[in-house]
Amino acid sequence: MNLTKKKSYEFRTKTMYNMELKMKRKGNNVFSRSEESGIGAVLILMIIVFSLSAPQFFSISNLRNIFTQITINTIIATGMTFVIITGGIDLSVGSVMALSAVTLGKFITQVEVNPGLYITIGILAGLLVSGIFGLLNGLIAEKWKLPAFIVTMGTMNIARGAAMIVTDARTLFSFPSAFIKFGNATILWNSVPIIFLVALFLVIVGQFILKKTVFGRLIIAIGTNRQSVKISGHSTVIPKLIVFAMCGVTAGIAGIVYASRLTVANPILGSGYELNAIAATIIGGTSLDGGKGSLFGTFLGACIMGVLTNGLILLGVNDFLRQMITGFVIILAVILDSYRKPKL
Amino acid sequence: MDAKKVLVSIKALTKRFPGIVALNNINLELLEGEVHILVGENGAGKSTLVKVLSGLYSQDEGYIKFRDVSYAPRDTREAINTGIRVIYQELSLIGTLTVAENIFFEQLPKKRGLLDSSTLNRKAQDLLERVGLDIAPDRPVRFLGIAQQQQVEIAKALAGKSQLIIMDEPTASLTSKESEKLFAIIKLLREQGKSIVYISHRLKEIFDIGDRVSIMRNGELVDTCDIREVTTEILVKKMVGRTIGKKIPFLESHNPDYSTPILSVEGLKRIGTDTSVSFSLYPGEILGIAGLVGSGRTEMIRALYGLDPKKCQSIKLNNKPIDIKSPRQAVKAGVGFLTEDRKDEGLLLTLSSSNNLTITDLKGIAKHGVLSAQVERTTAEKLIQDLQIKVQSYRQIVGTLSGGNQQKIVIGKWLYKRCEIFIFDEPTRGIDVGAKFEIYNLLWELAKKGKGIIVVSSEMEELIGLCHRILVMSKQEIVKEFTRDEFDQEKILRVSYKNYV
Repeated sequence: MNLTKKKSYEFRTKTMYNMELKMKRKGNNVFSRSEESGIGAVLILMIIVFSLSAPQFFSISNLRNIFTQITINTIIATGMTFVIITGGIDLSVGSVMALSAVTLGKFITQVEVNPGLYITIGILAGLLVSGIFGLLNGLIAEKWKLPAFIVTMGTMNIARGAAMIVTDARTLFSFPSAFIKFGNATILWNSVPIIFLVALFLVIVGQFILKKTVFGRLIIAIGTNRQSVKISGHSTVIPKLIVFAMCGVTAGIAGIVYASRLTVANPILGSGYELNAIAATIIGGTSLDGGKGSLFGTFLGACIMGVLTNGLILLGVNDFLRQMITGFVIILAVILDSYRKPKL
Repeated sequence: MDAKKVLVSIKALTKRFPGIVALNNINLELLEGEVHILVGENGAGKSTLVKVLSGLYSQDEGYIKFRDVSYAPRDTREAINTGIRVIYQELSLIGTLTVAENIFFEQLPKKRGLLDSSTLNRKAQDLLERVGLDIAPDRPVRFLGIAQQQQVEIAKALAGKSQLIIMDEPTASLTSKESEKLFAIIKLLREQGKSIVYISHRLKEIFDIGDRVSIMRNGELVDTCDIREVTTEILVKKMVGRTIGKKIPFLESHNPDYSTPILSVEGLKRIGTDTSVSFSLYPGEILGIAGLVGSGRTEMIRALYGLDPKKCQSIKLNNKPIDIKSPRQAVKAGVGFLTEDRKDEGLLLTLSSSNNLTITDLKGIAKHGVLSAQVERTTAEKLIQDLQIKVQSYRQIVGTLSGGNQQKIVIGKWLYKRCEIFIFDEPTRGIDVGAKFEIYNLLWELAKKGKGIIVVSSEMEELIGLCHRILVMSKQEIVKEFTRDEFDQEKILRVSYKNYV
């Protein structure tokens, strides 16, 4: 045995050894720093620039505005982040959000007695419907091995159509005051809306699930190399179904929170929100190839989008130019991210 | 051989890859209008030689002349333009385009910038007749069978005015009738003065169609001779040779426990094949599976592991019948599979070493579904220590490790799962020589612990140096079993050819 051991080192040439060492060092450098530090720095820089150039940026009412704007996008993006980490995508979230809102709306419009009960049932119904839609996305994609892009594009239309039918294409209103209060209540000297705390809570729970649980590890592994996970003896279908269902549910939560905030539920609400959620996720450093991402990153991504929009409005930049700038930021984020990828 | 002109002459050609010499000082002349057979064991260097000729690789030393002009193609396009074309095992036609469009894909006839269909189809019709294919040129290729597609490939080669056509295992997926037809075409091409290099494992057919044969072994050209002067016996002898370079020291001190098998498989039949295999594996045994590439070794293993659909009379683990319909069930039963392709199937390349080592049993590093970073770390560090994996830390990304260390990570993850049976497909592919011996030592360590080990390998020396028994597969069947005292490279190779002759 000793003989073989000695022999084995003869064959390793010096250059090969050096190459290995170099690769190791490189590998370590790329990953030693925190995933979200870069994106956090960008956000802070943005806040500094806007607070210097637009004095009203740090006013209580403006802060409240920003938090409110970030809230809905963050809630949707938490579910989206999970889906994207497994290598999927969900385009139906905007429509599912509307369907959830109008389902709830159906239960709580013009309720006179016992509003608490109706609100509870309405919320559960909204979440149930959106969860089913999410699960359906997963089931169809897995059963027929279809790209999630196509499947969710289909369910996006189905959910939107269903929302229209449920409401007769009309806006639902006159909800119980308790429900409306929730959407518009604030804390901390009127600067932070309660609904923002819902978003924050989801981000923290999501980050915990992703980074600290067996389920989260499986999600990351499946996104990295599904076949390898399968060969390692795991089901790769069930985690994917759960993730799609989760994404449906977070879209549902977003719908409910949105209805509460706006005091109405409207079947066209949430149009295009899927793209905002995807953008926040990508800016936050989650890779569209799957296998890599973080909820904190996504949250920061949503913050960047919210702060950017708000700051540009304060500076009087017109809507169209603002849209262009947002577009550039998304592309820039993806370019920056490509530099952080390890070259294997 | 009445003074045929030399078409291609290869002089002192050498090609090196990190750690190995793939081609060593090859000298070969290909004549005009000859069918030149290339034979050799798996990994003898046939494919590398073809790749140099077709412009995929460039040589390190030596030169090639094509019709007395120096020939050094930078890519396949240049090779094709010169007149050398390879028809690979996996055909490379575009299914949605028509036969004619495929044939003339590199030089579609145009009229005022638009595709000139009538000229295209007329010219294609001519070529199709030359290869004896009776089919409408405007038919999309996806409706054609494999044999017909092959004929289209040949027509394509003729369209490009190819002078040398290289065929890599062309009959691998043809029926005997289709093969006959192919041979007729080859003869026709020879009469038209084309040269053909024909690579095949099927020793019978080469005597039917070949003019000369070259035998390769370990990257060297052993001999080139007239096909009428050799027999199957002689060819096999030359392929094996007598020089076994590096010897793998077998672990004599350890003996498997042959009382009850740890795994016994009966009547394992892959869906889509007619043959079935049966075998047993004993605790502490390293069982080798030999066979030519395409003999169904990997396929059999993958079916057993539940990756491909199968029918099986019985699988018994420690005498208890089990069912394996998915890898999940296989792993549950204590079987671990180390695939040939570590990067695509074995590892999570962008994740850390500890993540990879623990993926097989996440519950083992978690409490109530919540991972413990501390337990994961100590688990990983212990495995890294035990297996002598060279990493900077347990957090190092596995994609940045060398092949040998990556393989150790894969072994580690199955050790962590406490597998009783390890199935290795090409355990040392892509691993440099030094690390190979470390992997062998690990295999012996596993055997000493009483694990059952199956090793599928194309390297005969590896199997002979490592295994207690070797099963030889030929054309989807286990044709013979060799015990250690019967090991003989030549015999094993001859048996591998059994169902192809």
